[in-house]
Amino acid sequence: MEVITDNLDLWGEALTGTLVLFFGGGLLALVLGFIVGAMRVSPIPAARAVGAVYVNWIRNTPLTLVMFFFAFCLPILLRERIDAILLATLALGVYTATYVAETLRSGINTVPVGQAEAARALGLTFGQVMTLVVLPQATRSVIPPMMSVLIALLKNTTVAAGFSVLNLGSVRSNLSERGENQLVTLLWVMVIFVVLVLLLAWLQRAMERRWKVAR
Amino acid sequence: MEGRTMSSVLYDVPGPKAVARNRILGVATIVVILALVGWVVWRFAVTGQFSADKWEIFSYGTIWQRLLDGAVATLAAFAAAAVGALALGFILAIGRLSDRAWIRVPVGWVTEVLRAIPVLVFMMLLYYGLPVIGIRMEPYWAVVIALVAYNGSVLAEVIRAGVESLPRGQSEAGYAIGLRKAGVLRLILLPQAIRAMMPVIVAQLVVTLKDTALGFIITYPELLYVIKLLGSNAVYGSPLIQTAIVGGSIYVVMCLALSYVAYRIEQRTKRRQQQQVAEGGAPHHPMGPGGTDTELIALQARAGKLDPGNPGQV
Repeated sequence: MEVITDNLDLWGEALTGTLVLFFGGGLLALVLGFIVGAMRVSPIPAARAVGAVYVNWIRNTPLTLVMFFFAFCLPILLRERIDAILLATLALGVYTATYVAETLRSGINTVPVGQAEAARALGLTFGQVMTLVVLPQATRSVIPPMMSVLIALLKNTTVAAGFSVLNLGSVRSNLSERGENQLVTLLWVMVIFVVLVLLLAWLQRAMERRWKVAR
Repeated sequence: MEGRTMSSVLYDVPGPKAVARNRILGVATIVVILALVGWVVWRFAVTGQFSADKWEIFSYGTIWQRLLDGAVATLAAFAAAAVGALALGFILAIGRLSDRAWIRVPVGWVTEVLRAIPVLVFMMLLYYGLPVIGIRMEPYWAVVIALVAYNGSVLAEVIRAGVESLPRGQSEAGYAIGLRKAGVLRLILLPQAIRAMMPVIVAQLVVTLKDTALGFIITYPELLYVIKLLGSNAVYGSPLIQTAIVGGSIYVVMCLALSYVAYRIEQRTKRRQQQQVAEGGAPHHPMGPGGTDTELIALQARAGKLDPGNPGQV
């Protein structure tokens, strides 16, 4: 326990780093993922193709490599020093967006076509079909897997440790400079992650129960 | 599921006005993408990334040999991790399906905890943490063991979900013809569960392959490590972007190949199900004929699988 209580400043900074990466990356992933997901189900062939290439390409690239490009290559191209945490957040967002997009797409695909056809037959406009019939049903099947994406994102924030961003993944090297026991430090990091992930998993189950579709 | 059938829940067959609008949007998309590509090319040109001496490094056979060594190291870690993860997955799944609570409950906890720990933190624990108590290991083993622990626990959930989704009649019929518990599991339940979950299992192996790149952070000399090393070499003018593009392509190609295998298996399973439905047989849908897609997604989400892909780690 002394590892934590003696170095509260560092643990606080590390936890802040992880949370910034999680929320920043999550927000970017949701926005970008929503756009790409919409492109993938749009009636525009060019947009569908761009979305498909983006998703298949990034999903088959290790996150470490994506972050490598952002952390090392982007500053060379821009000829500027950029804050490491900003670059790592961008990489996490761009990577996670592909999973968000696929989750949205498969969520929309679970709505039977007959639902929209019936709504159109009743004379609802496009906006009404979306907001009253399709999206309420799609949202329900999207929320549990979307939480899984966010859980994976939380664990993925540790990858930023390899790119000089202070977070829970890199707190080990900083504490070992202060002469702390690395094994104990890492065990505490594990405990924190298990608690955070179980918390999100519990939230996921609660939402799943609440949003279950009776079809 | 491509094209109109996929999307008709969102929009009707376009009329003349919508066709014109879609065309404009299509052109706009292409313009935006071209602008993005153009910007990158412009930055490449401005920062001199196209100059011959930045690419000269690839004219040496030894450089390619080192990239190849890196790729081999990546595949070596992947192969060992994949075999180990499958073995651990089966052990944990069987343990979690046990009728004895003193086996089932602890195995369940182990599975949940292993799934919750970030792979990188586990690798660090093995590589930096264990020497504190006198256990030293090569980075290779730290990478492999961490990957086995994480992916094994995810695969265990996948296999378990596959077994539990089978109709009860399957195991009842097994018991009725005199098989014991082990026989029912080995001869009846597992073969069906594995077949139903095969696409998910291969998709998880893609995650394993991608996660080997984490070895870069704990100094395992895999492909990304070689890329960084070569790219920082001042003798060749520090061609970091160039080596990242060439070496990164090797990664993407390896992962795409494995993903393609998963896709083909999924297509084949789907076709077989359709055939069975057409012939009046019961489909081997993980949820059975009565299940909705939402339940299927929830099932797969619980199994650590996202429809249609698993972000896993990395």
